[in-house]
Amino acid sequence: MTEDVVIRAEGLGKKYLIDHHAEQARYVALRDVLMRGAKTVKNKASDILHGRTSATGATIEEFWALNDVSFDVKRGEILGIIGRNGAGKSTLLKILARITEPSAGRVTIKGRVASLLEVGTGFHPELTGRENIYLNGAILGMNRAEIQRKFDEIVNFADVEKFLDTPVKRYSSGMYVRLAFAVAAYLEPEILIIDEVLAVGDFEFQKKCLGRMATVAGDGRTVLFVSHNLGAVEALCTSCIGLQAGTVFHEGTPSETINIYLSNAQALRGRSDLSRIKNRQGSGRVRFGSVALLGNDGEVVDHAKVAERLCLSIELTGDDPRPLPARVGIRFSSMQGTPLFVCSSELLTELRVGAGSRVRCVIPRLPLSSGTYKLTFFLERGGVVEDWIEDGLDLFVEDGSFFGAAKNTPSGHEGQLVLVDHSWSFDQMASEKLKL
Amino acid sequence: MRSGLGAAEYELVLEPGRADRRYWYDLWTYRELFAILAWRDVVVRYKQTVIGVAWAMVRPFLAMVVFTVVFGHLAKLPSVGGAPYPVMVFAGMLPWFLFSTVLTEASSSLIGNANLVSKVYFPRLIIPASSAVVALVDFAVNLALLAGIMLWYGYAPGWQILALPGFVVLAMLASLGPAFLVTALNVKFRDFRYIVPFIVQFGLYVSPVGFSSGTVPSQWRFWYSLNPVVGVIDGFRWCVLGGKSPFYLPGFIMSLGVVALFFWLGIIYFRRTEKSFADII
Repeated sequence: MTEDVVIRAEGLGKKYLIDHHAEQARYVALRDVLMRGAKTVKNKASDILHGRTSATGATIEEFWALNDVSFDVKRGEILGIIGRNGAGKSTLLKILARITEPSAGRVTIKGRVASLLEVGTGFHPELTGRENIYLNGAILGMNRAEIQRKFDEIVNFADVEKFLDTPVKRYSSGMYVRLAFAVAAYLEPEILIIDEVLAVGDFEFQKKCLGRMATVAGDGRTVLFVSHNLGAVEALCTSCIGLQAGTVFHEGTPSETINIYLSNAQALRGRSDLSRIKNRQGSGRVRFGSVALLGNDGEVVDHAKVAERLCLSIELTGDDPRPLPARVGIRFSSMQGTPLFVCSSELLTELRVGAGSRVRCVIPRLPLSSGTYKLTFFLERGGVVEDWIEDGLDLFVEDGSFFGAAKNTPSGHEGQLVLVDHSWSFDQMASEKLKL
Repeated sequence: MRSGLGAAEYELVLEPGRADRRYWYDLWTYRELFAILAWRDVVVRYKQTVIGVAWAMVRPFLAMVVFTVVFGHLAKLPSVGGAPYPVMVFAGMLPWFLFSTVLTEASSSLIGNANLVSKVYFPRLIIPASSAVVALVDFAVNLALLAGIMLWYGYAPGWQILALPGFVVLAMLASLGPAFLVTALNVKFRDFRYIVPFIVQFGLYVSPVGFSSGTVPSQWRFWYSLNPVVGVIDGFRWCVLGGKSPFYLPGFIMSLGVVALFFWLGIIYFRRTEKSFADII
C-alpha cells in the first residue's frame, strides 16, 4: 500500500440472505423456527408415506448489497459517496466502520476510523450534557484523558455552556445535534465518516460543521461524506464515487460523478416496480407494487412533462385484501432532498383499499420545471402505516411550457423547481386620473 | 496514539472471518467504554426511580419474609446450625438475586442498545457485561441489608466471611455464562425474552433459596448440584453463617464444573453470533 493511501478496498462484497418465509419480520422468532421445523418434518413424513421425493423449496435468496467494490482513498481527501437509497452506501460505511464484516474482498485501513453518529445515538436522555459528552466520547473510542483535554473546545463548539448540567432530554433538537456533532468533530480520528447527519440542525450550524470538516481534511485527515445533498458533495468533496445497485458506477471528480448519477438515475419510466425496493417501513400487509406513468389519454408514457397531466397509477399488493379506509400520499422532493409538495388523499377523498386495489393520483397540470425529482410513497390504513418508501423512485420531467411562454423561470431564477399557476393584472385608473 | 486503538501506521485489514484475531486485545482497549456504560446504567437506574435503592431492597426483603413464613413456619423446615431462619434465607437470597438480575438485565441489554450496536464498532461482550454491574450494585445494597438483619438477630459471622469476595466472583461467573448465552439468543430469537422470566421464576424454587440444601435427600444431593446456583448459594451460606452450614464438597465441585461449562459455552456462542448482531438487530 503506497504511503498516502489510507483506505484501499479490493473487490469488496456484502451478501445478505433474504428468507422469504420471514419476509416482513426484521428478526426471527423462536416460535416460527420451531413451527417451521415441525412443518418440514410433517411434510417430509407425508412425502415419504406417499412415496414422493421430498422437495426442498429454495426459500432463502442471496442478495448482494455490495458487489466487487474497489477504490482507494488518499490521505487528506474528502470523498463523497452518492447513490440512491439501497445502492449500498450504508453497507459500505458499515463495513469501513467495522460494524459488519464483508462477505468477500478486503479493505485495508490505515488509522483510526470514527463515524459521526446519527443524532442521539450514544446519548442517554436522562444524563446531563456533561455526562453525555463523556459517554459519547467513550462510545466513539476516546479515553477519559482525551475527552478532558478537549472538553472546553467541545462545549464551545456546541454552544451549550449554560445547559451542561441539564439532562439532554430537555435540550432542543438543535442543541442535541450540535452536541452530538461537536463530540465527534473533536475526536480527531485519522478517518471520519459522516453519514447524512448534516441534514438536521440549523443552517448556521451546518456551515460550521462543513467548515470543521474542511479543517479536518486540511490537517491531513480523511473524510468520507455520504449525502443526498448533491450540492454539499459538489462544494466540499475532492473526489466522489457513485454507487448503484451495490457496484461503483463512477469514480472521479464530484461534478463528473454527480452528472452521471443524475443522468442514469433509475427513473420512473413507463412502468416501474416498487415491490423490489428493500428500504421501506410499515406493516407490509399491503404494499406498493407496480407504478405506471400514464399520459393524457391513459396510455403508458416514458416521461412526465411540464404543465401536462400527470397520472400515477399504483397497484397495491400484499396479503390483506380487506378494503379499509386509507390515506395514500406521494411526496415530491428535489434531488437535494428538499420536500416540495405532497399529494395526499387525506384531504380530498376517502379511499378504501386493500391488496389488489389500484389507486390513481392525477395532477392536472404538473407544476414542476424540467429535471429529476424524488418520489416518496406512503400508505396508511386504519391508523396503521402499511408501507412507506422514502425516495422510492425518480421522476424525470421533460421540458414544456407552463405559462405558454418561451421559458418557465424568470431571468436570474433558473433552477427554480416549483411552478405555480398565477396571473397578473393591472388597471389604468391611477394613471388615467393622473392625466386628468 | 490517543486511545491505543492503533497508531497511524497501524494497518487494519477487514476480510471475511478476519475480525476474530484481535478480539481480546480490542476488548482490553475498550475497557473504558465498559466502565462508562456500566456507570451509565447505574446512574440511570438510580436516577430514574427516586426509590431506586429502596426498590433494590424491597424485593429480596419481601421474598425473604414470604419464604421464612412458608418454609420456616408453615413447612417447618430446619435452618442450618441454629442460625435464624430469616438470616439463612437472606444469605441465599443475595446470590440468587445477583444471578437473576444479571440474567434479566443482560438478556435485554443488546436490544436496549440496538442503536449503538448497529452504528458503532466495539466488542459486543461489553454490553451484557457492563449491564451486569448494575446487578452488582444492587447486590452491595442488599449486603448492607443483610448486615442489618444479622445485627437485629445478634448473629455474628465467623472468619469464613473473609471468603465472601471469592464467592461473589463465583456468583458473577455463574451468572455471566448463562447471561451471555441468553443475550445472544435474545438477539436472534426475539421471543426468547419470554423465556427469561420463566427461568428466573422457576429457578427461585428449584434453587435452595427458601430452604437449606441440607433438606435435599442425600442420595440426590450430588445431582442437585448440577444446578450451578446450588454451589454458589451453599458457599454464601458457609461464609455468612460462620461455617455452621456444612460444605458439601463433591456437590460444590460439580457446581464449579457446571459454572465453568456454562461460562465457556456462553462466550463461545456469543462470539460466534456476535458478527451478525448488527445485521439482525
